[in-house]
Amino acid sequence: MAAHLSYGRVNLNILREAARKELREFLDKCAGSKAIVWDEYLTGPFGLIAQYSLLKEHEVEKMFTLKSGRLPSAEVKNIIFFVRPRLELMDIIAENVFREDKLHSSRDFHILFVPRRSLLCEQRLKEQGVLGSFINIDEYILDLIPYDGDLLSMEYESAFRECYLENDQTSLYHTAKGLMTLQALYGTIPQIYGKGECARHVANMMLRMKREFAGSQNQILPVFDTLLLLDRNVDLLTPLATQLTYEGLIDEIYGISNGYVKLPPEKFAQKKQGEASKDLPTEPKKLQLNSAEELYAEIRDKNFNAVGAALSKKAKIISAAFEERHNAKTVGEIKQFVSQLPHMQAARSSLANHTSIAELIKDITTSEAFFDNLTVEQEFMTGVDTDKVNIYIEDSIAQKDPLIKILRLVCMQSVCNNGLKQKVLDYYKREILQTYGYEHILTLNNLEKVGLLKPQTSSRNNYPTIRKTLKLWMEDANEQNPNDISYVYSGYAPLSIRLTQVLARPGWRSIEEVLKMLPGPHFEERQQLPAGLHKKRKDQYSLGLLFALLLTTQNK
Amino acid sequence: MMKSKADEEDFWNSSKCKPFTFDDEDDEFSKLKESKQTVKNIRPLVDEDEDEDDVEKISWSGEPVGSISWSVRETAASSQRTEREPAFPKINTDTPAISRSLSGYSLSALFKGGTAQSDSSVRLYAPELRKPKSEYKDIVSDWSPEHTVQRMQQGKVVHLEKFRSLQDKLLLLDFAVSAHDGNVITAVLIYLKRTLSKEVLFRELESRQTALRHFIHYLTETRDQRLLLELLRSRTSPLLQYKEHLSIADENKRRDFLKSCLSLPFSPEDSAHVQDHYTLLERQIIIEATDRHAERGGKVEIFQKFPRRASILNMPLITTLYYCCFYHYHESEGTYSSPLNIRQTFRISDKQYFVTALAARAKLKAWSDVDALFTSRNWLGFTRKKSPLSFQRVVDILHRNSAPTQVLQEYVGLVDDSDLRISLAQKHKCHDIVINTYRDLKDRQLLLGYLSKVERGSAEAGKINQLLSNQQIRWRN
Repeated sequence: MAAHLSYGRVNLNILREAARKELREFLDKCAGSKAIVWDEYLTGPFGLIAQYSLLKEHEVEKMFTLKSGRLPSAEVKNIIFFVRPRLELMDIIAENVFREDKLHSSRDFHILFVPRRSLLCEQRLKEQGVLGSFINIDEYILDLIPYDGDLLSMEYESAFRECYLENDQTSLYHTAKGLMTLQALYGTIPQIYGKGECARHVANMMLRMKREFAGSQNQILPVFDTLLLLDRNVDLLTPLATQLTYEGLIDEIYGISNGYVKLPPEKFAQKKQGEASKDLPTEPKKLQLNSAEELYAEIRDKNFNAVGAALSKKAKIISAAFEERHNAKTVGEIKQFVSQLPHMQAARSSLANHTSIAELIKDITTSEAFFDNLTVEQEFMTGVDTDKVNIYIEDSIAQKDPLIKILRLVCMQSVCNNGLKQKVLDYYKREILQTYGYEHILTLNNLEKVGLLKPQTSSRNNYPTIRKTLKLWMEDANEQNPNDISYVYSGYAPLSIRLTQVLARPGWRSIEEVLKMLPGPHFEERQQLPAGLHKKRKDQYSLGLLFALLLTTQNK
Repeated sequence: MMKSKADEEDFWNSSKCKPFTFDDEDDEFSKLKESKQTVKNIRPLVDEDEDEDDVEKISWSGEPVGSISWSVRETAASSQRTEREPAFPKINTDTPAISRSLSGYSLSALFKGGTAQSDSSVRLYAPELRKPKSEYKDIVSDWSPEHTVQRMQQGKVVHLEKFRSLQDKLLLLDFAVSAHDGNVITAVLIYLKRTLSKEVLFRELESRQTALRHFIHYLTETRDQRLLLELLRSRTSPLLQYKEHLSIADENKRRDFLKSCLSLPFSPEDSAHVQDHYTLLERQIIIEATDRHAERGGKVEIFQKFPRRASILNMPLITTLYYCCFYHYHESEGTYSSPLNIRQTFRISDKQYFVTALAARAKLKAWSDVDALFTSRNWLGFTRKKSPLSFQRVVDILHRNSAPTQVLQEYVGLVDDSDLRISLAQKHKCHDIVINTYRDLKDRQLLLGYLSKVERGSAEAGKINQLLSNQQIRWRN
């Protein structure tokens, strides 16, 4: 079911199993048949941990979405609410419970808070007079979720915003907690490197938590050799650039959330031959995207310009495989062929899906608008005319293009120029406020607070130095047979990746100058391993941890 | 259909650096076509087995049958037959309170210490995983702020009442902040709120920005409006106070609130923007009242012909300008709704003004107004066309507002660059311009070629034939 998690160099199924075990233990606490009422937001992240079948094994018979009013009827002993600790959700729960009591009195109520319990929420339940109705109030810590064979995610969308805009560093606490869990399962990570204020905080918390463990030494042979912690604000440029890999473009255009993407249905209508498609589905087509799908694993990270060739190659292979049936003469051969049919059929439907998606994306990437936008991005990243008002941005504002597009470009120009000249910044601001509304003073102010947008303070622009030292721009990026990471942005090599590469070889000492230009301290820590574990560790792993940056800094 | 293998490799490998220059359209399409073809060919062979058990079942919405979100829908749908409610009960996430991306749990979620009475359920499921050993030894002798904060993080009973002096309380707060745990910070703040006068608390929070943020969020969450406003007024950034206007729905109240913001200590630029915001809303209220009245009266032609689709209240400035260019274009500069007045008051750039006025007048097909926009007289009294925009953009805007060829032709002709002019003229079928340009280039071949693109027997065709037979022209080819 989650086989793809064990394909990577580290078996992430262990982590998933641990999370599942806790879930089972909680479910068993509520003896008897159950119905789960879901905070809808949580079904995404939980879907990465468990399927309905697991819940069913533990007598979960019904599942509902949390909403106000009366709970749907269900012949179960227990009603369990899976919710984030939010006050507005408590009010809904209270209403559910209140209206329920009048009808049945035999059902038991429980709450599972994800990821933490909250006194505020419990107080609210108390005020509403329902706190006493709950048999179990518990918490389920969901810190690091195995997302793919080589990727863990906290699925914590607002971390950047909280850390940099709201000075709320709770997400760092969760990060440290998650990393402690990871170490409990995969062994103490001997080396920790980091860059940035938040990275420093996380490392400090980890070291402190480790001291609290003192006495119980972790006897697991370390799987990870190095942990690298990087603040998002060390590399603000990368998330501003338009992603150009296959998966990246799917995300840019349709948005991938919790491993799923929703696509326009027209291209996926299943037309039988000779049958006119009368009723096209109107609901978006939802697809799961992860490395469990062979074809997707193969093309997800390719530059989109190389996807056409890969799909066509795959098509030939599949065709050839189906042609084999003509060669199958003996009963054995036929049997062999038939046994492979399901696999081939899956490959065929996978090919069909990705061909359709590639077509959808291609319509956009071949448009003039996409090309113009990309040209401007590349000019900025190579340092062309970053110090004056850009005509394309100006025209895009006049055309009222989506604000997010404008902000991405303006911020990128600011980052690539180490701040904009006051005159340029003022001009952009005025045009944006006049066209999109004055309330965006707040949006612009937020962008300035987090450093995405800023006035030039010193006359020296250090971006060119950073670009040259770290080789952020490669003129001859090879999109088909890449030999350097710059292929992902057709020329731009992500700064955070370069930092990781330099750390691996020859080490950060070689780029001290550049590290000083980037914000926050850089550091190195060592964690002592128990004496018995000092054997040679052959495998070298490094785990990079990055905060996902969310660009929706509008208004609030 | 396909190029040879070698060619193909060559093509795919040679596209360098500049991404998405799909120069060779056929080639790229044929790739996708090919895989599509394959898919189609194979289908009949396997369609019958579509429901084979070995293949993961996928519902139409694409979720594997059996995934959690799929099952929520399924089980909900099955039990709702009686209730006649939609199969997809949705929490209304549009309300600002919920969609706000502030993570509710970090700031508002609280420590477990206060719930010690329900100790039986505080147990975690996999203690060997999550909890340090030291937690099991319960030493209660150490009441240092550091230890207290630790205990709170672990969800154990604490007695904050032990912290009596202001100094102790602040020390506790500082330790909570340095633990980066929003739950603990909020818990300490609640204690301080209860035990300190608000003057002292506000003063101390001033130098503790992180704690201040948490406190503001706590007050917002618990809807303690009174204290929140007091706090905002007493100190925090004027922008935070300005932000409050978003929660005021009534336009008059909002205007008055914005007016009250004008005296706040904004930075000079922000101050100018807030002033503009206030002025704009004030005007919109006046314009809206007048126009609604005029529309209802049914006497003003333009409102009858083009009924207003929405109120102009709270629209951005440029939208307001467009609206005024649409409904109030010829008003004298003295009125609030005159486009010229708006342009002056808000210092709108030439470019923005032109784009907006052009789009509005083109939409109304008021071509004489469009013409007038660009006409300027030089000192000899000759008129000529000038524009702060490139004429290419002008043509583009006119085209989008479905201007007729005659109108387009005039502006296409003003494009300086001859290549660009020809391609625009061809795109918009301005035959005269194409023909004249070829004539000026003395390019017989191109002119001959163009003959096939115009309608046979049309005036354009006649013109081309006439030119081609003209002996006076010295053709280059």
